[in-house]
Amino acid sequence: MHHDSFFFQALVYLTAAVVSVPIAKRIGLGSVLGYLIAGVIIGPAVLGLIGEGGQDIMHFAEFGVVMMLFVIGLELEPSLLWKMRTSILGLGGMQVLVTSVIVAVAAMIIGVPWQASVALGLTLSLSSTAIVLQTMNEKGLMKTVSGQSSFAVLLFQDIAVIPMLAIFPLLATQAVAASDGHTTLVGSLPGWAQTLAVLAAVASIVIGGKYLMRPVFRFIAQTRLLEIFTAAALLLVIAIAVLMTQVGLSPALGTFLAGVVLANSEYRHELISDIEPFKGLLLGLFFISVGASINFNLILESPLIIAGLVVALMVVKGLVLFSLGKFFKISIDQNLIFSVSLAQSGEFAFVLFSFAAQNSIIGTNIINVMVAVVALSMVMTPIVIVITGKLILPRFGTRETDERESDKIEEENPVIIAGFDKFGNIVGRLLKANGIGTTVLDFDSDRVEILRKLGLKVYYGDASRHDLLHAAGAEKAKLIIIAFDNAEKNIALVETIKKHFPHLKILVRAIDRPDAYELLNTGINDVYRDTIDVSLRMGIDAMRMLGYRAHRAHRAAKTFLKHDESALRELSAMREDRKEYLSAARQYIAELEELIQSDDADPELERDAGWDVDSLREDVIKSGIK
Amino acid sequence: MAKVLILFAHPALEKSRINKRLISAAENVDNVTINDLYEAYPDFDIDIKREQKLLTDHDLIILHYPFYWYSTPAILKQWEDLVLEHGWAYGSKGKALVGRKVILVITTGGSAMAYQKESFNKHTIHEFLVPLEQSFKLCGMKYLPPFLVQGTHKLENQEIEIYTEQYSRLLKNLAEDKYDYNEMMKHTIANELL
Repeated sequence: MHHDSFFFQALVYLTAAVVSVPIAKRIGLGSVLGYLIAGVIIGPAVLGLIGEGGQDIMHFAEFGVVMMLFVIGLELEPSLLWKMRTSILGLGGMQVLVTSVIVAVAAMIIGVPWQASVALGLTLSLSSTAIVLQTMNEKGLMKTVSGQSSFAVLLFQDIAVIPMLAIFPLLATQAVAASDGHTTLVGSLPGWAQTLAVLAAVASIVIGGKYLMRPVFRFIAQTRLLEIFTAAALLLVIAIAVLMTQVGLSPALGTFLAGVVLANSEYRHELISDIEPFKGLLLGLFFISVGASINFNLILESPLIIAGLVVALMVVKGLVLFSLGKFFKISIDQNLIFSVSLAQSGEFAFVLFSFAAQNSIIGTNIINVMVAVVALSMVMTPIVIVITGKLILPRFGTRETDERESDKIEEENPVIIAGFDKFGNIVGRLLKANGIGTTVLDFDSDRVEILRKLGLKVYYGDASRHDLLHAAGAEKAKLIIIAFDNAEKNIALVETIKKHFPHLKILVRAIDRPDAYELLNTGINDVYRDTIDVSLRMGIDAMRMLGYRAHRAHRAAKTFLKHDESALRELSAMREDRKEYLSAARQYIAELEELIQSDDADPELERDAGWDVDSLREDVIKSGIK
Repeated sequence: MAKVLILFAHPALEKSRINKRLISAAENVDNVTINDLYEAYPDFDIDIKREQKLLTDHDLIILHYPFYWYSTPAILKQWEDLVLEHGWAYGSKGKALVGRKVILVITTGGSAMAYQKESFNKHTIHEFLVPLEQSFKLCGMKYLPPFLVQGTHKLENQEIEIYTEQYSRLLKNLAEDKYDYNEMMKHTIANELL
C-alpha cells in the first residue's frame, strides 16, 4: 500500500493513538501527553511514518479546537458567561498584556528587532486552549477556581487573536505581498462595510441560534434518524466556521458564540454528545501532529539554547500568571494549578508564526527555533501538571479534586430519568414535588417540546448512548430511573449504565413478565412491572364494589403483590431450565388460586389471623373462664 | 337535638359476630353519622381535614371499637395522633373540641367480671381507658361513661339481640338529647341508663 494513501495514513494515526493513549492514561500522564508521544514516535524523528503531510493534517486538525469551543459554549449558560466578565477581561487582558511586554523586552535585550520582538511577545503570550482544557477536563478541574480562571484567560486569548492578526501587517519590515493566502469574501470591501459584515455575521449566529435552530433541530429530530441529527450538528459547526472565516473572525469564537446561544435549548445534551467524538478525534489528531512536527534535528543542534528557551518561556508565563492569580485572590493551591496549566504557548502560535513569516516580521531562523520551543512547551505542560498534582500540591494540604465550585455548567441532579412518557413522568413529578432535582432525557421530540414549554428541564436525546449520559451528569448523579416503553431499550440502557457508570443505582421499568425476568437476570433488583400496581388497585375497587370491606381488599392486594413479586424472582432464577419453568409456572397459578379462593385454607397465607377470634372463642368456651 | 358521630374501627368486620350487628343497628338511627375508619382509610392515609370537619360538625362523638390488647385497633391510634392536632384540638389555641361530649362504645372478649382488680385482667376497664379519657379531657371534651358489651366470646344470639337493641336506644336518646349531663355522670357505664 502506498504511504500517502488515506487508509495507510488513517492506519498509522489510529494505531499510534490506540496504542499510546491508553498506556499514557494508565500510568497517569493523561491522554494529551499520550497523543503527543504518539506523534513523536510516528513522526520523522523516530519512525518517519508521516512526513510532509503532517503540517496539512495539523491545519485540518485545528478544527478540533473549533469544535471544542462549540462544546464549551454549549456547557456555558450566557448568565454564567456574564458572571465571568471580570476574570475574562481582567485576568485574561492583564495576562496577555504583561506577558507580551516582558517577552518583547527580553527579545529586544538579546538583540531582536523591535517589530519582531513585539510579534514574538504577542504570539507567545497565548496559551494552548486545546491542551489546557483537555487536560483539565480529564482531571475534573474545569469547575474548580483554577479551571474557571484558566477558561477565562483562554477565552480572552481566543478573542485577542483577531486584533493580533490585524496588527501584524503593521509590524512588517517590508512591503507585504498582495495575496497573503487569507482572502475573504469581504476582504475587497471598504472598512465600514467589513465591520458591517462582521456585525451581521455575529448577529445572524445569535438570532439564528435563538429562533431558527430549535425548530430546525426539532424538525430533524422528528425524523428519528440519529445520523441526520449528527450531520446537522456537524453542518452547523462547519457552516459557522466558514461564515466566520469569510468575515475574518476566528471560527472558534463563532462556534463558541453559537454554543452559548444554544446552551439553553433542549438539544444541548444531544449536540454535545454528537460533536464530542469528532472533537475528541480531531483534537487527538492535532496533538499527534504537534508531536510529529517537533524538529528534533534542530533541537539536537542546539539543545541547551532550546531547553533554556523552553524553561524561560514557561517560567516567565507561569510567574506572570501566578502574580495575577494572587492579585485576583485565587487561593495558593488553585493558583499553582492555574499558572502551571497555562504556562505554555499554544496552537495559535503556529498560526501567528506562519503569518509572521509570510509578512517577514520575524526571521525564519528565529521562527524555526520558536516553533520547536512552543511545541516542546506544549509537550511539557501535561508533564508539569502531573508533577504539580503529585509532588507540590500535597504539600499545601489540598488534593486537586477539592474545592469545587457549585457553578452549574452541567446538570448535577441526583436523579436522571430516561424516558418521560406516562410512566416516567409520574416518577419525575413525584420527585420534583418533593424538591428532588431530576435531569430528564427523552427520545420523543414532541414531548420534549411540550414539557419544556411547561417549564420542565427535559432534554432530547437517546439515553442509551453513554456520552449523552455523561453530558447529563451521570458521573455525579446518585440514581437513574429507566422508564422507556421499549423493553429492549431499557435492557440496553441497563447494560450501558453497568458498564460505564457502575456507581449509579438503577431503577428500571419492565413492560411485561418475560421482560422482568430478563432484567432480574442481569442482576438488577429494582424492577417495576408496568401495570401490576394499577391492576391491583383496580382489583381492590372491584372487590369493594362487590361488597368486600376496603381494608380487607387492600390487605388482599398487598398479600397478592408480595406473593407475586417473590414468585417472579423465583421463576426468573429457574428460567434457564424450560421444563422447570413450566412446572413452576403451573405451580404458581395453582398457588394463586389457593390464595385467592380461601383466606384461611393455608395458615402461611393467612396474614391477618390476629383479627380472628375463632380460636380464642373456642379456648374460652372450653376452659370455662368467667 | 344533638348530632352524633360514630368513629367506627374494626379491621376485619367480615369476621365479626357482634360489631357487625351493632353497627348495622346504628345505621338506622336518625341524626347519627357513621365514619367507618378502616373502610375510609384502608391504607391508613387519614384525611385530617375531613376528620376535623366531621368532629366540629357534631355535638357528640362516639368511638366504637373492639377492645384489642386492652386498647384500640391500630387505626384509631393513628386517628388520634393525626387528627387531634396541637393548636386545633389542644394547646393554648386548640379549642375546636371544647365542650363536645364523647362516649366510648367497646366490645370486650372478657366478661365484666374478668375486668376486676382481683380477677383475670387485674384492672378495671376504666383503668385501661385512662389514656383515652385523659386525651379527650385535655381537648376540653366531656368524657361520658362508656357503653360496654362484654364477654362477647360467649354471647348467644339472643343476648346479642338485646345489646343491639340497647345500643340503638342509647343512640336514639343521645340524638334526641334526652339525658341530663349531671345525671349521666353519676353512672360508671352508660348501660345503666337503659
